[in-house]
Amino acid sequence: MAIFLTEQSRVIVQGMTGSEGMKHTKRMLASGTAIVGGVNPRKAGEKVEIDGVSVPVFGTVAEAMTATGADVSVVFVPPAFAKAAVIEAIDAGIGLLVVITEGIPVHDTAAFWAHAVATGNKTRIIGPNCPGVISPGKSNAGIIPADICGPGRIGLVSKSGTLTYQMMYELREFGFSSAVGIGGDPVIGTTHIDALRAFQDDPETAAIVMIGEIGGDAEERAAAYIRDHVTKPVVGYVAGFTAPEGKTMGHAGAIVSGSAGTAAAKQEALEAAGVKVGRTPSEAAGLMREIMASVG
Amino acid sequence: MDLYEYQAKDLFAAHGVPVLPGSVAHTPGEARAIAARLDQTVVVKAQVKTGGRGKAGGVKLAKTAEDAEAKAGAILGLDIKGHVTRKVLVTPASDIDEEYYVSFLLDRANRTFLAMASAEGGMEIEQLAVERPEALAKIPVDAIAGVDAAKAREIVAAGTFPAQVADQVVDVLVKLWRTFVEEDATLVEVNPLVRDPQGRVIALDGKVTLDDNASFRHPGHAELVDSEAEDPLEAKAKAKDLNYVKLDGQVGIIGNGAGLVMSTLDVVAYAGERWGGVKPANFLDIGGGASAEVMANGLEIILSDPDVRSVFVNVFGGITACDEVAKGIVRALEILGDEARKPLVVRLDGNNVDEGRRILAEANHQLVNVVDTMDNAADKAAELATTDLLAGSSNSTTSGA
Repeated sequence: MAIFLTEQSRVIVQGMTGSEGMKHTKRMLASGTAIVGGVNPRKAGEKVEIDGVSVPVFGTVAEAMTATGADVSVVFVPPAFAKAAVIEAIDAGIGLLVVITEGIPVHDTAAFWAHAVATGNKTRIIGPNCPGVISPGKSNAGIIPADICGPGRIGLVSKSGTLTYQMMYELREFGFSSAVGIGGDPVIGTTHIDALRAFQDDPETAAIVMIGEIGGDAEERAAAYIRDHVTKPVVGYVAGFTAPEGKTMGHAGAIVSGSAGTAAAKQEALEAAGVKVGRTPSEAAGLMREIMASVG
Repeated sequence: MDLYEYQAKDLFAAHGVPVLPGSVAHTPGEARAIAARLDQTVVVKAQVKTGGRGKAGGVKLAKTAEDAEAKAGAILGLDIKGHVTRKVLVTPASDIDEEYYVSFLLDRANRTFLAMASAEGGMEIEQLAVERPEALAKIPVDAIAGVDAAKAREIVAAGTFPAQVADQVVDVLVKLWRTFVEEDATLVEVNPLVRDPQGRVIALDGKVTLDDNASFRHPGHAELVDSEAEDPLEAKAKAKDLNYVKLDGQVGIIGNGAGLVMSTLDVVAYAGERWGGVKPANFLDIGGGASAEVMANGLEIILSDPDVRSVFVNVFGGITACDEVAKGIVRALEILGDEARKPLVVRLDGNNVDEGRRILAEANHQLVNVVDTMDNAADKAAELATTDLLAGSSNSTTSGA
């Protein structure tokens, strides 16, 4: 199994022919992902040769889906055009939409989220401002390096890309069922809770690592969800204890406002829900190692 | 970006929200001239990006132009919760019959927008929310449907505004929503919205936060940045497109990815507990796929911070290549030459790590310490910051540093 993304996933790339799009399409192909097409209205009908693979370019997401049976799209479109690209993919009925683009105005994200809700929530949106999702050995939709570790029984959900990589590296001896980077923006599609629910239901996942950071109350709500619905062991890590109030720390959503959104409150909520929380990424990895030793 | 009150009111006025006239003064003399022009009793208000100005003595009434000059003199330079007052707003004093509250903001948890409204304005809204939550109406606003007159009426009804002002408040709400959307704000707040004795509804104070991600479609917003209040190192970093926040510790931090850098700050602070309370000096994220040049720029900024005693470079190469990071370190040290005196602790993992470590080993720079794990590297960086502090303290008696 794995969550959201499997070996059956057929992936297209919106914005494939741009520099970021090309770089990462190449990497996704190299890690075994079934990339079946790209979307660019100005280059429709062309084919792009990438390391010996000929990838067709379509004018629209709908055309690409009809021609290739694609069910996943990865978006590398620049911020100014991202809203239109996302709405197009939702209207085409894509199953999974991974929005890598960083720097999308939050009014645009709120608008495409409202559009997704209004049209019946048929598309799972991951991101924006995220590294995507990888199911090691099966498929890779986004920019998470595929060579950090192989498949295994740990599930990971994180707001941060590099902390995802760091944690996969720390626990590389076990491997992962899936790792999901949900993104660091104030408004995101898939949440910690969505990923926790999917990992709980995934028979291949034995234990879950959840990484959070300052800003908002997503971790507190995830803690309540874990308490009520997750029976698998969960290890947590929260970044940003030393972040000052009122300053955005890199991610648009990473900001402590007044007394809201602090790392301490998040850690406290997670611990109250029975989650073991590490003070550092390697301490969290150590806690997971103990759990995996007993899970077997 | 948070705006000053006068900037917020300028945006309100541009979108038709009723405000009182007024101008900003940087000196008591300017305040006097503005008051003379207004030719009536004025209020002199400290322009700082924090609440509680009134209690701190930052808002004063002045009956004459001379008085306005004196009041401005007392307020300019005032420290309000760590914010030094550099300018004052001089605006006509208004008689107030009633005070209300209205705002639009981003509701992260529900991934939509929220209107908040109350017929009991004036006090701090956080206080009202705690003491009389029933008096503060919260109404979700759909991002696509937005706020038209009908939606505004719903908000006015929920906020239990008096019938006498309902039509005017509806008008204010529609225009305020337009400000919120057209300026790409994440918060627009009017507190208080007042009714004066003539029955007019006016936005007497305003707060606006703009979405930095939307600056590409608002070239005019660049003018709202207050460069004189900016930290000089933050301004320098911004000019080089680096994501930097100045903090008050001694260990300079550079890393890739916001989450990893935040984590690095925490790990350094924990390590610092063992080394006399050493803390991180800054946040600096060089981002994904950074080149040697970006790395060198970052290092130059950190090394130019007089508070920095040691530097911790923490990179997990996902897209970023460790050999580029290593080249950047070597290049920055070459450029700085003898000016570089602070020890560097470098931890590299991930993409091209072997080549990165080889480059650093080959350069064999005396200031560079390569450590293999994040926790050990943080400990080393904290230790080096302490050592340098002790060494530095003996000859810094005259510098005051």
